[in-house]
Amino acid sequence: MTSPIDQNLMIIARGLRKTYGDFVAVDGIDFEVKKGEAFGLLGPNGAGKSTTMKMIATTSMRTSGDLSVLGLDPNKKGPEIRASIGVVPQQDNLDRELTVYENLMTYGRYFGLSRKFLKSKIVELLDFAQLSDKSKNKSEELSGGMKRRLTIARGLVNSPEIFLLDEPTTGLDPQARHILWDRLFRLKEQGVTLVITTHYMDEAEQLCDRLIVMDKGKIMAEGSPAELIKQYSSKEVLEVRFGSDKNAEASQKIAHLGHRLEILPDRILVYSENGEHELQEILRLGLEPLTSLVRRSSLEDVFLRLTGRTLVD
Amino acid sequence: MKAVSNFRAARARRMAWWYFTEYRLLAMSKWVISILLFGLVTPLLYVFAIGLGVGSLVDANASGVDGVDYLTFLGPALLAAAAIQGAQDETTFPVIQGFAWSKGFFAVNSTPTTGIDIANGVMAVAAIRVFVTTGLYAAVLVVLGAIELDRILPIYLVVCLAALCYGSVIMAASSFVTENGHFIEIINRLVIFPMFMFSGTFFPLENLPIYLQIFGWLSPLWHSSDLARALSYAGDTPGWLIAVHVGYLAIWAWFGLSLAYRQFTARLAK
Repeated sequence: MTSPIDQNLMIIARGLRKTYGDFVAVDGIDFEVKKGEAFGLLGPNGAGKSTTMKMIATTSMRTSGDLSVLGLDPNKKGPEIRASIGVVPQQDNLDRELTVYENLMTYGRYFGLSRKFLKSKIVELLDFAQLSDKSKNKSEELSGGMKRRLTIARGLVNSPEIFLLDEPTTGLDPQARHILWDRLFRLKEQGVTLVITTHYMDEAEQLCDRLIVMDKGKIMAEGSPAELIKQYSSKEVLEVRFGSDKNAEASQKIAHLGHRLEILPDRILVYSENGEHELQEILRLGLEPLTSLVRRSSLEDVFLRLTGRTLVD
Repeated sequence: MKAVSNFRAARARRMAWWYFTEYRLLAMSKWVISILLFGLVTPLLYVFAIGLGVGSLVDANASGVDGVDYLTFLGPALLAAAAIQGAQDETTFPVIQGFAWSKGFFAVNSTPTTGIDIANGVMAVAAIRVFVTTGLYAAVLVVLGAIELDRILPIYLVVCLAALCYGSVIMAASSFVTENGHFIEIINRLVIFPMFMFSGTFFPLENLPIYLQIFGWLSPLWHSSDLARALSYAGDTPGWLIAVHVGYLAIWAWFGLSLAYRQFTARLAK
């Protein structure tokens, strides 16, 4: 029998389930992650993404089902698996008292790496994280984006075969997010297997080759961002606002437009192959939206279609 | 490459407790002056105020205590108390910080390091701190004549090991603390201070009413102090009592480490 590693499968989950008492956090999910792939878990808060991530990271035991990481069982071989993976948790847990350099050195030692090796590795990591000039600063003196980049550098200290990132850009300003995406994109180009949880659709679209959309512990859909959009949404979306008390009335008049409508509290979404055309139709009907926007479909629309809710509900 | 990776993983597992110790020593190095001052100044105040001050009155009026002058009686117990305080400091704050405040233990656990390795590392650092600060204090007590030079080494070893037995239980208790910072104050006021007062530190335990002596029998400080006194001047301490002291402290260590291993592992898996 060929092993998962021979087939280039870094992670295999079959019927993976995690419960806390009566609460089902992850409800029997199946997925695989291939070597060199950037794999995403997209879903709102509480979807089960982080729990899934913790089971892969071997810091949470699965309740039932099968899980293989690098061909090993996380419930039995936690330390062995952790020796070959990198982890970026949702909340930075750097040592505030230690300098940037010391944070990387002490963390690297836990992997059995020599100080000599780490000295040169840290230079490389600081350069990658654009923190070379902050080497002697205490980590508590860094900005949110810098702390995140340091946490990412820390997770790479053992040159991991799988790099797990739990909500890597949550809480960062747009500029810091883009710098971080650039760094992660470079890792992807280097062939590092990335597993990313996020509730930002743009992040998932930017970084992930393939993803699963999760909600309430289950997988709602799986595929590449383009495949999912093609399967579950239209090419374009027209967003129109008539005012919160007029959206419902207007939606009845434009119900025949596009493939379908989504009526949200603050706006109406018209799914169509040609958003501009639908907008002209609305104007022709004598309706005057307060604002209008034609955009291409995103994973947010996929999620809305699959669950009836937005990702930030 | 796989063989190299496996070798590295095996070494990381074997040495994990030491890597944690290295990290804590680095973190402590930022506070080394404070740690040494706290480890020495308060115990020294007790030696001067109680040992020499009150001691001169006791010696003048009662011809010493327990057959020796008061400073000789007090010295071993003060050393035991200082060791226990040092062990407590190093098994409370770092553990609560690691689990609840900075959550640094969770970062450490995302490497090959397990909860048991972290607990062993905490105890190793506590041992280093206790042996260093208690060692300095022991030297001062020898200079002041509270303990004979030829007796200090076994006494020093015994009180340090006894303190670590106590520290293991405090480490286990600290690993249950979630957010609130009052745990350390509670332990200081409701455990350490009464233990200091009612463990036969300043006067023989037999001088207390029987219902207060019970507290002394349960106190690891009394067992540690009595062992230290047996090694210092009370060579006639019966063998069975020494066995009780050692056995009792060993039970603390066994209970503390077992509970800490279980709780560290369980909490990191949450």
